[in-house]
Amino acid sequence: MQRLRSAPPRYFLGVIALLFFIGLPTVVTSFQSSEWTQVLIFAIVIMGLNILVGYSGQISLGHGALMAVGAYTSAILIHRYQVDYLITIPIAGLLTGVVGFALGIPALRLSALYLALATFALAVVAPSLIKRPVQLTGGVQGILLTPPDPPQFAKDAFGAVTGGQEMTSDQWLYYVSLVLALLLFWLAWNLVRHRPGRAMRAIRDREVAAASSGINVAAYKTMAFGISAFYAGIGGALYGLSIGFVSPDTFPLALSFQLLVGAVIGGLASIAGPLVGGIFTFWLPIVSSQFVASQPWIPTGIAAAFKNAGPQVSYGALLIAIMIFAPNGVVGLVTAGYGRLQARLRGAGDRGSGQMPSDPQTV
Amino acid sequence: MAKMGPRLGVLAAFLVTLAACGGSNTPAAQSDVGITSNSILLGNTIAQSGPARAYGTIANAENAYFTYVNNTKGGVNGRMIKFKILDDAYTPANAVTLTKQLVEQDQVFAMFSGLGTQTQTSVRDYLNTQKVPQLFVATGATTFMADYSSHNWTIGWQPPYQGEARIYAKDILANHASAKIGVLYQNDDYGQDYLKGLTDGLGSSASQIVDKESYDVTAAVPTLAAQLSKLKASGADTLFLFTTPAFTIGSLAIVTKIGWAPLIYLNSVSNPQVYMGLAQKSGAALGNVTSVGYIKDPTDPQWASDDGMKLYKTVIANCTTCNVMDGFNIYGVAVAYTMVDILTQAGSVMTRKNVMDIAAKGLNETNPFLLPGVKVKTTPSDHFPITQEQVIHWSGTGWTLQGSLIDERGTIK
Repeated sequence: MQRLRSAPPRYFLGVIALLFFIGLPTVVTSFQSSEWTQVLIFAIVIMGLNILVGYSGQISLGHGALMAVGAYTSAILIHRYQVDYLITIPIAGLLTGVVGFALGIPALRLSALYLALATFALAVVAPSLIKRPVQLTGGVQGILLTPPDPPQFAKDAFGAVTGGQEMTSDQWLYYVSLVLALLLFWLAWNLVRHRPGRAMRAIRDREVAAASSGINVAAYKTMAFGISAFYAGIGGALYGLSIGFVSPDTFPLALSFQLLVGAVIGGLASIAGPLVGGIFTFWLPIVSSQFVASQPWIPTGIAAAFKNAGPQVSYGALLIAIMIFAPNGVVGLVTAGYGRLQARLRGAGDRGSGQMPSDPQTV
Repeated sequence: MAKMGPRLGVLAAFLVTLAACGGSNTPAAQSDVGITSNSILLGNTIAQSGPARAYGTIANAENAYFTYVNNTKGGVNGRMIKFKILDDAYTPANAVTLTKQLVEQDQVFAMFSGLGTQTQTSVRDYLNTQKVPQLFVATGATTFMADYSSHNWTIGWQPPYQGEARIYAKDILANHASAKIGVLYQNDDYGQDYLKGLTDGLGSSASQIVDKESYDVTAAVPTLAAQLSKLKASGADTLFLFTTPAFTIGSLAIVTKIGWAPLIYLNSVSNPQVYMGLAQKSGAALGNVTSVGYIKDPTDPQWASDDGMKLYKTVIANCTTCNVMDGFNIYGVAVAYTMVDILTQAGSVMTRKNVMDIAAKGLNETNPFLLPGVKVKTTPSDHFPITQEQVIHWSGTGWTLQGSLIDERGTIK
């Protein structure tokens, strides 16, 4: 009991979030579950991006292309070789991880700006590259995937909880994504709290100092790329399955930007950040094009400008606001706010305890 | 349960009506998801942001026609048409999510005039499984008409790209039998569909295509100049441009700059007068340009006193953001006219099945916004609504109609 009471509030938040995500499909419609599936998928990809950008301090504008690698691996295996869709997900992750690892090697020689350009180039060529091997990728026609049927045990369990409701494939894919998201978040949490995480942060903050204290900079930097790509590959495979269609236009340049912006908005170098980032990445375009336009209290001129400019304007505005007011993202803002609240509750006496504040970035 | 409710309701309504009919032949009033006693809800996804957002005005023009019908005729058979437009930014991922939203959350009766080949392909299986009509998709990709047997909840509207290319082939064979042809095409379904139509249409003369070059829309570096120079060097005297507007304008200007004056065939997607004007401004000579049309061009003075054009101008006044001279807008109004036509025909049997059957098998319409003589027609064995087009020639200031309508009905399987 004592342990429970002294547990930091983020554990309670974690449990509440977990219960929310497990229970969600039983109360919302199948369509809303499919929306949250996409949130979870974006959260997975952003978690990977976060390991790369937030912890190892490298940048990638090409994660949309890495998602495409994962999605196409899975789609080709399912469509051409009739592999079970669940088996294709780890294969897609591993193959994309290898691609990411290979990408990490030239990245060693590039400083941040050139790395951004190199990965940007990847995102630019990906749609054209995918079109070429028509036999394999289906070219511009893409590959259609049949939505998977939920297995019997899942149907039974879902029916028992909801009082006999038939589980749809959208709801089933939600749970598949949720399980994978939990697993991958747990992995990331372990990674960043232990030796590799500390090494990556050391490289991010002072590369020379890290190298001189015996950290293999090259190994950790390429590893960060590999792991990050692994996450993107898993996310890509799930993305393909949940949309049911994989085509070059599914992975436009804008997707890579949205992912990076999502990572920054959520909060870099934090474990909760990617989840918040996933929520923003999925809902922001929808809110800016549908919600803003339908609000009677917003002047029609502004609403129309929002609608015509598309999600880009909301991304831009939000990103600037976050950079100014919350450089550590939404999660950083909440953590800082909580810290300040607690300090005030404790009263002035504690102020001069002389202790260094804990690093807000390593939640 | 929310999802099953209306379906069970429909089933119940259906059984009740069936029982009430007792075998008589008069169709009793029936309804379906998205239909109330005074409204019909239609859904649409289209690019209103992103690189392809120039197309977005089409949906607004369609809405303008529905508004016109609601205001002047009290809707269709007493039901007002409500039209919900969502922006998919031309990506399949958005199209899937938004289409599911429209079908499962907003409970639309049918999807109407969704735009884009990849985006509409991405939702075709879903809509067919859900038995929601995917009506008059805004793409000329031949598959949307040719594959009716496997997807009988989907139908296109505009002439298939392959049909248009076959008309060019006919024109070549009849008027320029010895032409040496060079082709510049966009490397996607759109360009490839055109190229197939041209090759099929030329038949044994396909060897007259001396060179073909393709480019990617997403290519970061424009390669058009190099490709057009290569086509010129291949000895071609006839150039086919199976390109989208931005690339067409660039190509036309480059052709003049490299001192080439071939006979040019330009696909209909890129032939609106606005684009020709832009090409001229960037230095294109436009000496000998041929294309085809099937819609009345709002910029063409010959339709100034035409009833269809007058109606178009009345209708489009309902859309404050629409440019009356934009060819995309009259396209939108024309396809919305066909939509209202099938809803009117469905009368009191407002079921998805009935409306879909009329669209795919029972259309026979004279559309006031299309060139005189063009029929919008489907039969139980033919699901290509529009197949007639007319060759047009650029006069320096506008398009002039040549010869008579050419019909490609039945040539594409």
